[in-house]
Amino acid sequence: MADAVLKVFRGDASGGEEKTYRVPLVEGMVVLDALHYIQAHYDGDLAVRWNCKAGKCGSCSTEINGRPRLACKTRMDLFGENEIHVWPMHAFPLIKDLVTDVSANYRIAQEIPAFTPSDTNVPWTIQNQDMERVQEFRKCIECFLCQDVCHVLREHDGIGRYHGPRFMVKIAALEMHPKDTLKRTRYLKEKGGLGLCNITKCCQELCPEHIHITDNAIIPLKERVADDFYDPVRWALRKIKGE
Amino acid sequence: MKHVDKYETHDYDVLIIGAGGAGLRAAIAASAAGLSVGLVCKSLLGKAHTVMAEGGIAAALGNVDPADSWEAHFADTMRGGQFLNNWRMAQIFAREAPQRVLELELWGAAFDRTPEGRIMQRPFGAHSYRRLCHVGDRTGLELIRTLQDEGVHQGMDVYMETTLTRLLKDGDRVVGAFGYRRENGRFLVFKAKAVVVATGGWGKVYKVTSNSWESTGDGLAISYEAGAQLIDMEMVQIHPTGMVWPPGVRGILVTEAVRGEGGRLLNAEGQRFMERYDPKKMELSSRDVVARAIFREAEAGRGTPHGGAWLDVTHLPADRIRKKLPSMCDQFEQLADIDITREKMEVAPTVHYAMGGIRVDPETGASSVPGLFAAGEVAAGLHGSNRLGGNSLSDLLVFGKRAGEGAAAYARGMQYPSQIDESQIDEEIHTLLAPFESQGTENPYLLHEELQDTMQNWVGIRRNEEELEKALDTVLELQRRAKNLHVEGSRMYNPGWHTCRDDHFMLEICEAIVRSAILRKESRGAHWRSDYPDKDDAVLGKVNVVTHREGGEMVVETFPLEPMPAEVAELCKGVTEARWAMTASKEGK
Repeated sequence: MADAVLKVFRGDASGGEEKTYRVPLVEGMVVLDALHYIQAHYDGDLAVRWNCKAGKCGSCSTEINGRPRLACKTRMDLFGENEIHVWPMHAFPLIKDLVTDVSANYRIAQEIPAFTPSDTNVPWTIQNQDMERVQEFRKCIECFLCQDVCHVLREHDGIGRYHGPRFMVKIAALEMHPKDTLKRTRYLKEKGGLGLCNITKCCQELCPEHIHITDNAIIPLKERVADDFYDPVRWALRKIKGE
Repeated sequence: MKHVDKYETHDYDVLIIGAGGAGLRAAIAASAAGLSVGLVCKSLLGKAHTVMAEGGIAAALGNVDPADSWEAHFADTMRGGQFLNNWRMAQIFAREAPQRVLELELWGAAFDRTPEGRIMQRPFGAHSYRRLCHVGDRTGLELIRTLQDEGVHQGMDVYMETTLTRLLKDGDRVVGAFGYRRENGRFLVFKAKAVVVATGGWGKVYKVTSNSWESTGDGLAISYEAGAQLIDMEMVQIHPTGMVWPPGVRGILVTEAVRGEGGRLLNAEGQRFMERYDPKKMELSSRDVVARAIFREAEAGRGTPHGGAWLDVTHLPADRIRKKLPSMCDQFEQLADIDITREKMEVAPTVHYAMGGIRVDPETGASSVPGLFAAGEVAAGLHGSNRLGGNSLSDLLVFGKRAGEGAAAYARGMQYPSQIDESQIDEEIHTLLAPFESQGTENPYLLHEELQDTMQNWVGIRRNEEELEKALDTVLELQRRAKNLHVEGSRMYNPGWHTCRDDHFMLEICEAIVRSAILRKESRGAHWRSDYPDKDDAVLGKVNVVTHREGGEMVVETFPLEPMPAEVAELCKGVTEARWAMTASKEGK
């Protein structure tokens, strides 16, 4: 098979540029294989995060020909004869080459009010269909590609103001767990920045786990927030009851 | 004291190295004991190899087969390990696994349910009842995310992308660890009253493996270098079903749940060949048996085009396959252009798990070195010569908790080390920086590839004395060459530099694997010797192979197994066939 031409971003916070590499193609090769070839044969210090190379850990998130993707699940033959441009995620501060600083995500995860079950007597009886609703959200592998593509975070400097799609999915999983008792609508409105999402569905479109982020997580959460804070009838009732 | 300004220092009651299932569970246990906990992981939190566990977590809840019991789980585990297991570990494990699973449910894990709304359990290889609690085929993700969420709310400090390369000692006692931050190459010293190593396995010493990059065995190697005894290093589990084609995906795991859900193994002639190897358990025989069967079929000329076997689920309803095996559907569709609901999968054995590791006290996870504890894949004893599928995830929880508590109890009675002998730190800094300054020409990545080829070719599924000796010579030669490793660039996120120290650790581990494999002149479980094809119950069946360091040299010798009390041994007698299958047929399923 022929060689592929990869143009990989090399650099750090102080700047950088694409560097061109020729990599021999192997059948079924993915972009991460090509990056490993570059490390072993050209530039040993090329920085790229990866763990499982099986689409299960969500470490190798990069932007390949402009689209946020997992390098381990992106086949080289997808691009035919074309050059392949590999860049780091744009929404996060660059560390080096293809590695970015995603620590903000871990700070958010720690802030979100934890699972708070109604009773502590396990085993619980829960029906499959109730669990399935939550299971969709728990498929998330935390690749943060949804955070990367979200224009609130990416173009409008929204990190700190909006938690981002990943954490709407996480909060939805907590809110919709049959045994959880906490209400997180005030948190979503005041800390989570849910109102900043204007439902462009870009996150949903490229989720490698095919989670319906906008349809099944964000919109139902917006409805809950609307019910609790913007429904005039409920507002009136709260006034009467003095809540 | 010349490096004193060159590293940061942190103090913890308990330092946990590794944040997979065992490390996280240990960290939660030590935090719950009210102690300060530092948790160190090589990658980002939640990315550890545990995330790749697919099929389920084995625990005798009896939700689907009420006749199941801890005694039956214990007996299956001992038989699966061909009685090389530490019986006490297996007993504790089988008894405590159900509580650990229910605890996950309490922390928010969303398991698949039975029609009655209880946690669903599926059949798996050599488990005599339907026993594996699961979430489709992504149980490991559920486990690690649940522990991660529980853990981050406990107030522990997490050091991500941090590699520890040396345990620090004060006399005989382990009192901390030294390493670097991957991001910027800055050095760190951790002082601790107790250290728990939970760094997983070392599948990356092989070429065809289901393991992630982290599985380079650093935790095992630094424990060995600190004086810990290792056992059963010859026991490397080869999973029967990894992907084979295309070449770029070779080794990626195809979960045993495919067979648990009813998948059939076929050879090139379309025969269900397991009939000839284990007519009772068929595809759900133990992993060592199934892996050898696939290997033998291919060797006899009945293999698939790329030297494996067919794994077929096309007789099952497509919607059931999509519900129960979603990540398999995805994996084959995206990486191999195969729709598994309509086409057969091509599979072949892949290196999967290390049964051997640090010798530990069953009650507390204490190693042979004071202050050093171990849990999970890096610890040894529970699985004997072959691990049953699903037993790893429950191992992580049961012994992660025990090691966390063991380390906490030990730490309570201890003071912080007042001063750590600087010479250990200076020596390690010198070793770490050597590849930048070296005039050598060895490439760390290519040296690793050579080691992988050596282990794959000569220390693989079938072994013999001649090849093992060749492997040993090669490993020793590679150890010499590894002194000439050279890297370019800076200390800032430099994977080539990181690989240098990994290479050293892997070479040390491979020496232990090969020397142990030479010493065990019999075939047992995962260890198959073509020159000694039979089990030697009279002599070798009664000993572990123990590896330790004496005066800088590796010593490998045998040591008697802990004898099993008669009333416990009694539990292991009796039927061995899949009892769930009989129950299922009675129910007309």
